[in-house]
Amino acid sequence: MTMRPDPTFHASPRLAMEAPAENFAYMLLLCPDFSKPDALAVVDVNPSSQTYSQIVHTVVMPNKGDEFHHFGWNACSSALSPLAGHAFVERRYLVIPGIRSSRIYIVDTKPDPTKARIHKIIEPEEVFKKTGYSRPHTIHCGPEGIYVSTLGGGGKDGTEGPPGVFIMDCETFEVLGRWEIDRGPQKLHYDFWWNLPRDYMVTSEWALPPQFENGIVAEDLLANKYGHRLHFWDLRERRHTQTIDLGANHQMALEVRPAHDPVREYGFVGVVVDTTNLEASIFTWWREDGKFHAEKTATIPPEPAAKEKLPPLLQGFGAVPPLVTDIDLSMDDRFLYVSCWGTGEMRQYDVRDPRKPKLAGSVHIGGIARRTPHPSGKAYAGGPQMVEISRDGKRVYWTNSLYSTWDKQFYPDGMPGAAVMANAGPSGGLELASDYWVNCPDGYRPHQIRLEGGDCSTDSFCYPSA
Amino acid sequence: MSQGDWTGAWLWLAVIASGLFHGANPGMGWPLAVSAGLMEKSPRALFLTLLPLSVGHLLAVLVILLPFGLLLALAEWRHDIQIAAALVVIGFGIFRLLDRRHPRSLARIPPTQLGLWSFAIAIAHGAGLMLVPIYLGLCRSDASGHAAAAPLVEGNLAVAVLVAIVHVIAMIGAGGCLAWLVYRYLGLRFVSRGWFNLDAVWAISLILVGTIALGFNLGAA
Repeated sequence: MTMRPDPTFHASPRLAMEAPAENFAYMLLLCPDFSKPDALAVVDVNPSSQTYSQIVHTVVMPNKGDEFHHFGWNACSSALSPLAGHAFVERRYLVIPGIRSSRIYIVDTKPDPTKARIHKIIEPEEVFKKTGYSRPHTIHCGPEGIYVSTLGGGGKDGTEGPPGVFIMDCETFEVLGRWEIDRGPQKLHYDFWWNLPRDYMVTSEWALPPQFENGIVAEDLLANKYGHRLHFWDLRERRHTQTIDLGANHQMALEVRPAHDPVREYGFVGVVVDTTNLEASIFTWWREDGKFHAEKTATIPPEPAAKEKLPPLLQGFGAVPPLVTDIDLSMDDRFLYVSCWGTGEMRQYDVRDPRKPKLAGSVHIGGIARRTPHPSGKAYAGGPQMVEISRDGKRVYWTNSLYSTWDKQFYPDGMPGAAVMANAGPSGGLELASDYWVNCPDGYRPHQIRLEGGDCSTDSFCYPSA
Repeated sequence: MSQGDWTGAWLWLAVIASGLFHGANPGMGWPLAVSAGLMEKSPRALFLTLLPLSVGHLLAVLVILLPFGLLLALAEWRHDIQIAAALVVIGFGIFRLLDRRHPRSLARIPPTQLGLWSFAIAIAHGAGLMLVPIYLGLCRSDASGHAAAAPLVEGNLAVAVLVAIVHVIAMIGAGGCLAWLVYRYLGLRFVSRGWFNLDAVWAISLILVGTIALGFNLGAA
């Protein structure tokens, strides 16, 4: 309980951009062979610091095999919602789910990020018992507390019942129960986000646990059995309102990125692969007269490659699919960053006209066939994956690992952990910073990054920038 | 002016002051008017939002005051009713002081139903309850106590309506002014920087109003 709102809560995206830059980044470390416990790394990202781009603190978990993936804050700028009428929570705790174990860790980052420590552990049984869901994934803080999307339903392999969203208390971290009252035809889940004043939620689809936990199932993919729909919901009524099928060939609709400015009723979603031609694509979705629409607005072609450069999974195709596995939208809704994990490219699209993205910048690093090294000369295995943008839009951070079992299929030669940063020009353009390279501990790979004071995939706003 | 007139004037001042206090509290909704004005890019949307906020607050006050007005028809119990009311207000204040967890109960009211939201938030905060001792005081100063029951009730109910209206005019005046200042001059930074946690102040106000009323009534006994 505080007397004033947390100074990192901002009424509008513009105020968030004007706030002081981040000094620390929080980065999840996973042990891909489960031989060691996963960890949270605190990285110094202050360029004037002696320990710049180094891990300055690590919180090692007490269990093995959690498989860390995404995480989020207990509270963010959404606490300034005028409907909540109560802005007095702190951005203090990181909520870190294990998508393999279904265990959730709460890490306290105060009084100092370099002294972060475990505050509470929610055991998988509590999640199963109170929600019937498993494999918690995306975290967002909103009107009813902390919202957690899940990838699995009940039962050992998570296929008994559909996955969905559940709610946790933002102060006690008690699991409160399922969010949905009427889920309509929704049966798969991945990411979600919303527009708070317009009162809608958007969710996407990846797959059920048997389709990803032991690696990608090629037959299922070629049979178009992975997710390819967007679901739209009434946020406060907790009711499914509309489904948009992107087309069965558009396999795996992952990150949902709505415009940050709540007056803009559109957003984007990345599609990993088109099974007819190995293309990756970006869809723009928008609301008009209360109805949602979506159309494909950008495509990224596969790159032909010699068989000996390809992993067995891709040899039959003679090409590298771009595999768009993460996208992120800058705070001013101007640039959309697109991770091409297969071809080893980070793309920057100018999306001021959201239905006509224009390629504004690009850097190559890693990639299945290209294997572009970092400008510092260091080898970079894997491709650009989880991407996070600083609030001011000047720095773009990313890591190289997708998911333990998928890493092995697409990059069988191994993947030492890598986390890099690129500087973005004010009117576009992207350049890798040669002095930013985070050395990950041996045997660990990094996944999602969160920035001190909020970032471009955390905070949601209730007031427009204008 | 007689002693009674002075008491009446102070009580009416308390009705207005509590209105100003409720209106200035962001928890009662003025930031919603700012948000609406900015979302629609029009001051008209800002002022239109004040309407459901006022109606909701008005109904929330009336729903609490009117039953007390009716109870006062039991003239011989008047004194006990006033003491009981003061105790209820103090009790609610203590409850508000102790239970200061981040509220979730009203989070499901959609942004399109601001009247309902305003009503629910005022009830949950005990906005009407804060007025009860003041209102009962006004009823006492209005009626000398020996009048027939029917006109007495009518008079009390009219006072309740008047108290609610005066309170809400003050409330929406303060809230509306703040919303307009933020919208037009101060900017959105004021929303986070100027937002103080009034939970404790609010709870103490309830306890204070109740205690003063209790003191008066015990003193008058």
